Amino acid sequence: MNILLFGITKSIVGAKYLTVEQPLGNVADLKSYLENKYPAFGELNALAVAVNNQYAEDITSLNPNDEIALIPPVSGG
Amino acid sequence: MEILIQISETIDCSSLYEELKHPQSGGICVFIGVVRNHSQGQKVESLFFEAYEAMAKSEMKKIAEKAGQKWDMQKVVLKHAIGTKNPTEPVVAVGASSSHRDACFEACRFLIDTLKKQVPIWKKEFFKDKSVWVTPHP
Repeated sequence: MNILLFGITKSIVGAKYLTVEQPLGNVADLKSYLENKYPAFGELNALAVAVNNQYAEDITSLNPNDEIALIPPVSGG
Repeated sequence: MEILIQISETIDCSSLYEELKHPQSGGICVFIGVVRNHSQGQKVESLFFEAYEAMAKSEMKKIAEKAGQKWDMQKVVLKHAIGTKNPTEPVVAVGASSSHRDACFEACRFLIDTLKKQVPIWKKEFFKDKSVWVTPHP
C-alpha cells in the first residue's frame, strides 16, 4: 500500500511516498502504524488522512486500489 | 452560478475583473493573499507552496458550491499558486460577483477563511538560514 506524503510528513518520512507492507483495515489502523513507526507524527497537532481525494474518518476502510494521502495541518492562503 | 478553480505556478490577478464580470452583477469583490517579507519577527526571503492538486481542486469546488448555497451570486473564482513565491507576489485570489455588494463581500470572506482551513496546500517559509513547514496551531 502506497501512501502519498505532503508538507511536513514528507520531511518526517524522508520520502515522497511511504510503502506499507502490512495490511491495514482502516484509517485508525494507519494512524497507529504511523505513530508507532515515526513518533514525530504523534507530535503534530493534527493529522488527517485522505482516501480517494476526500477527507476520511478513522473508521473509513482502506482498500488496495485506494489513493491514500497524509494531510498534515494545511497552511495555504 | 459559474465557478472557476485554478492551481498554477503563477496566478494572474489582472484577469479577475474579466473572469468575474456578469450582466446581472452589480458588484465584484476580490481578496488577494500576498507574500509578506516577515513572519514572527523574522525576515522571510520566500515561501514555497505545495498542493495535493486533485484534492485541493475538489475542496476548492466544494467551498465555491457551499458559498453558492449561502449567497446569491453569478460567479465565484478561487485560485492558488504553487512553487516558490517572493515577497509582494500573489499566492491566492478569491472573488465573487453578485447583484448587490453584501453577498460578494460576505462570500469572499467565507471563501478565503474556508480555503485556509480545509484545502490541502502547504507553505514552507524560507528565512536566511533555515526553512520550516508552517503548521498552524488550532
